[in-house]
Amino acid sequence: MLSRTADNLFWMCRYMERAENTARMLDVNLEMSLLPQDPETLDQSWRAALVIFELQESFDAAHPAGTPRDVMRFMVREASNRSSIYSCLRAARENARAVRGSLTTEVWETYNATWLELQKHLQSGLPERNPGEFFEWVKFRSHLARGVTIGTMLQDEALYFLRLGMHLERADNTARLLDVKFHERSDPDHATGRGAPARIASAHNEFYRWSAILGSVSGFEIYRKVYRDIITPDRVAELLILRADMPRSLLSSVRAVSSDLERVANVRSSETRRRAGMLQSELEYGRIEDILHAGLHRFLERFLERVNDLGNRIAQDFLVPLSA
Amino acid sequence: MTQMPPRALPAYDEMFDDRRDIRAHYQDFAQWLSEQPSESMATRRVEADLSFRRVGITFSVAGDEAGTERLIPFDLVPRIIPAGDWRRLDAGLRQRVRALNMFVHDIYHGHEIVRAGRMPAEQVFLNPQYRPEMQDVGVAADTYCHIAGIDVVRAGAGEFYVLEDNLRVPSGVSYMLENRKMSMRLMPDAFARTKVAPVAHYPDLLLDNLRDLAPGSGDDPTVVVLTPGMYNSAYFEHAFLAQQMGVELVEGRDLFVDQNAVYMRTTQGPKRVDVIYRRIDDDFLDPLSFRSDSVLGVPGLLSVYRAGRITLANAIGTGIADDKSTYLYVPDMIRFYLGEEPLLANVPTWRCGRPQELDHVLAHLPELVIKEVHGAGGYGMLVGPAASRAEIEAFRARLRATPWNYIAQPTLALSTVPTYVESGIAPRHVDLRPYVLCGKDITTVPGGLCRVALRAGSLVVNSSQGGGTKDTWVLED
Repeated sequence: MLSRTADNLFWMCRYMERAENTARMLDVNLEMSLLPQDPETLDQSWRAALVIFELQESFDAAHPAGTPRDVMRFMVREASNRSSIYSCLRAARENARAVRGSLTTEVWETYNATWLELQKHLQSGLPERNPGEFFEWVKFRSHLARGVTIGTMLQDEALYFLRLGMHLERADNTARLLDVKFHERSDPDHATGRGAPARIASAHNEFYRWSAILGSVSGFEIYRKVYRDIITPDRVAELLILRADMPRSLLSSVRAVSSDLERVANVRSSETRRRAGMLQSELEYGRIEDILHAGLHRFLERFLERVNDLGNRIAQDFLVPLSA
Repeated sequence: MTQMPPRALPAYDEMFDDRRDIRAHYQDFAQWLSEQPSESMATRRVEADLSFRRVGITFSVAGDEAGTERLIPFDLVPRIIPAGDWRRLDAGLRQRVRALNMFVHDIYHGHEIVRAGRMPAEQVFLNPQYRPEMQDVGVAADTYCHIAGIDVVRAGAGEFYVLEDNLRVPSGVSYMLENRKMSMRLMPDAFARTKVAPVAHYPDLLLDNLRDLAPGSGDDPTVVVLTPGMYNSAYFEHAFLAQQMGVELVEGRDLFVDQNAVYMRTTQGPKRVDVIYRRIDDDFLDPLSFRSDSVLGVPGLLSVYRAGRITLANAIGTGIADDKSTYLYVPDMIRFYLGEEPLLANVPTWRCGRPQELDHVLAHLPELVIKEVHGAGGYGMLVGPAASRAEIEAFRARLRATPWNYIAQPTLALSTVPTYVESGIAPRHVDLRPYVLCGKDITTVPGGLCRVALRAGSLVVNSSQGGGTKDTWVLED
């Protein structure tokens, strides 16, 4: 397969996945904002959306007196923000268009129709009028794109590069989400998840915060099913980092990356496979106590660096090298 | 200039005869159409529009903001061609392309036609489309025009004329295929009543032809389609053909030359390429030999080509044969190379480069169509009867300044087909571009791209000028 084609396939799926994750996060913020709370906390949790994608600076430059409404707008429809839902769906469709010959008609039409419908929704003001419905729509289109891909594409290199992009992006996004939401509890004691809840207003509040994180990765019911117990931060972390059977966890994303890499291996890629394998084993055999003890933030930061490194290496080994 | 089409007659209507009776080959369709409630046809038209947009069958127009995509309107009423008419067309097209192909070979080898005094030397060697790089270069099976799109119109009382030969990178074949898919989907019961010859095998035929002409004896040649990229106006078609043939769609940057061979960059390392169906003009193919500012091409491609180690379709240098000033000589080429009389007529044409003919043209500007010799896409032309006085005067000045740049033709009353317009159904002018494939044999597929001028009275069918398309049904006996 052409390197450029693989590159477009890889990014096509990354952008679709990113659009979905952005929608999930904003959806959770929206839900949280309906809870009774002080304005400062509210503001902070909206800004978390920006922190996740490292967009605080460009947001503040564009919106000096940024309100939650501005954050929404910025993350949903601003073209200048490369992580906005608008930009992601556009980039996904542009990448798809560049390789439409390598996609089944259904896959291409799904991406193209998503882009066309998005423009309609933005024009009619759906995200402002009924944000919940809009985010549902984004998630649904991403589910559809994934399903059509699996349901119609030949299981060859093209599919593996698609999946590679999707899983790498998911690993990245879940890690960021966790990092920011844990960080929000700025009390350093809480980094271990074990400290006394000194600054937390009530156990109630805590419950809603964690259940929101779970909700953003469709993990609420899964948590209940797996732990059959009350919601605690360390278990949430365990579920999202170490559970192999949790589809959006770090382990399951990295596992998929690793196996996709094996399928597309070429003569240059053995070092990349080795690094993916290392990362996978650390997660396979890691324990949540150790991770929390050493500091979750540090762990996630390190994880993001390694995911980024994998992305660069994949580009060098298979795709259009970044330097070219 | 022996024969002038009788322009005074009203345009030939493909569906109705002079007494407004429905012609025999349209009867089944007309019957079906009359049974359709008008809302159901309106619904179908909306559906066609939506579907073309969803599939992304769009084109971009030069001058528009980059990346703006437009739909070419698709009209539901097909252009129907009876079996007998098609047989005559088919024979004429194949004859014409055979002669054109022999002409290109001759021009880059022995120049027999010039030596025999049948074509002036300056017509060939001073033509900007003449590529000296191709002199004495052997190409596989002596085939130059692998894919030809011949524009044919019907005028006067229904005679066919060849308007233009497209031998460089003719486009539009994807519309022939997609329009057929669309009309079969929207009007299945209309198809059930008539025997329409299928066209869907075109990509197969094309692939077969391309593989046949691979250099050397490689038993599994690698074919690719070379596109200028996704912002090219015909990008949809490039992607479509690559996909339908199951070959890679490449851009110049995906290819490179090494050790006198062409390779593409793949995820598994370099892969040798044998045949390039290129949709890029000669000028942009190789920055080392042609335009050095081209980023679309492949440096070094020409030297591999000249060594016979890659096949390009179409060959480099075919522009010499589809130039509008060469067009005049095609009937003579047919006589010269094949010893046959041409089966399809040319439109009478005046060469403005000849003083006497220029005088005639200048005296009759309001009646004539003036075309640039090297123009395409309906740009840079004057349609006398539709032009304002100022436009005519502007052209007069241009003709005086560079007369050799122009040819003139009578304004043909192109035939019409009933077409959906805002006020209902009305006749609109059409042309037809059938595709001729040249490999070991010369073949056509029964059909083509039918373009329709949607503005009342307009004769300009180019999609860049607001034209639409129709499906073309060639009937079987």
